[in-house]
Amino acid sequence: MEFTFWDILRNLLLAARWTIVLSIAGFICGGAGGLLLMALRIARSPAIRTSARLYIELFQGTPLLLQLFLVFFGLPLIGLNVRPWLAAGVGLTLSASAYLAEIWRGCVEALPAGQWDAAAALGLHRRYQLQLVILPQALRIAVPPTVGFLVQLVKSTALTSIIGFDELLRTGNVITNATFAPFTVYGVVALVYFAVCFPLTLLARRLELRLSRA
Amino acid sequence: MAGRPDFTWLEVYGVALLSGVVTTIELIVVTTLLSFVLSVLGAAARRSDVAWCRAAVGGYVELIRNTPFIAQLFFIYFGLPSLGLHLNAMPAAILAMTINLGAYGTEIVRAGLDAVAPGQNEAGRALGLRPPIIFLRIVLPQAMRAIFPALASQIVITMLESSVVSVIAVRDLTYQADLIQSRTFQAFRIYLLATLIYLALSVLLRRILGFSARRLFGAGVG
Repeated sequence: MEFTFWDILRNLLLAARWTIVLSIAGFICGGAGGLLLMALRIARSPAIRTSARLYIELFQGTPLLLQLFLVFFGLPLIGLNVRPWLAAGVGLTLSASAYLAEIWRGCVEALPAGQWDAAAALGLHRRYQLQLVILPQALRIAVPPTVGFLVQLVKSTALTSIIGFDELLRTGNVITNATFAPFTVYGVVALVYFAVCFPLTLLARRLELRLSRA
Repeated sequence: MAGRPDFTWLEVYGVALLSGVVTTIELIVVTTLLSFVLSVLGAAARRSDVAWCRAAVGGYVELIRNTPFIAQLFFIYFGLPSLGLHLNAMPAAILAMTINLGAYGTEIVRAGLDAVAPGQNEAGRALGLRPPIIFLRIVLPQAMRAIFPALASQIVITMLESSVVSVIAVRDLTYQADLIQSRTFQAFRIYLLATLIYLALSVLLRRILGFSARRLFGAGVG
């Protein structure tokens, strides 16, 4: 079979949707996990705070590739039959929640302590102090770094190719094996990642600028 | 075997694991040194008066920061031979890591140089010092003080990302772990051990970077 440049491009663009789906899934699940982890990280109990901190340090201090391997080979040990897409999703979620928790903690702690005091003075339970008073204000400053993290997340999905998830890079490997045109294929692969990530980078930069002006 | 964890593989493969650790350390040390030079040159070019110089470095930085490291590695290792540039796995890994860290480093060093007051440069000139001396002895040390934490974090991130070079058969820590698990079928245990070694390496690396920065640029750094 003969592969033209357009065949290569078409197949890579089709595969890119799995990169995007995985990124979105990782962001949604990692965001939920990150929010919970952030709440634990600023909890009153030192034991809870320390456990959350250890989780974050563990995931930020070890390679994502090894985390993916541990999920891929670890889930079968507890009796789960793991497909690559599941291991990829779980691995990215665990890692993204650590990063997002740390980013959002920074935003929450950037607010003046008086906000907590004021919320407490209103008689709100600590959970509602966070939910009704702190988070809405923190959200404003959290948007630019969160968009910036999305770029990192999209890039890290490329590692899931190694555990066999058929996203953009792995499709590139397959096409390379069929066409023997690695220069073209990996060049296009890189440009597709760039086309997804660069607009996000620009958006993050613009949001940051707008925030610093406000 | 019943109930007792089997660690005999550790005696057999401990040396292999250790040699993997040494390779990982080699990779990050060489990459850090090379990319520091690249970052300073890149930052200087990014601030130069020559427009095409600024644009070229800007393009390099954006291209690298907005694509995955593993795609860059594959492009260099599998793609460049089409242009006649054949690299062995280890030089290809070092080149990819250096280009990657250099792009982040360029932005970080540039921010640091921007933070140094212009008066420092002028004061150096008033003392009759030559521009390279002013840059190396006055401006750069002050910039380093401001950016050291960001630079150290990026170096640690690059060390962790270097696990990916095992895919092109560089015999680093991850490669050795792969090899051992394919022979012992104890994948989870071996990868867990390798993960913990990476964790220790990242803690250690941060300490060493802090120590050497204080020696190089004076107290108050790191």
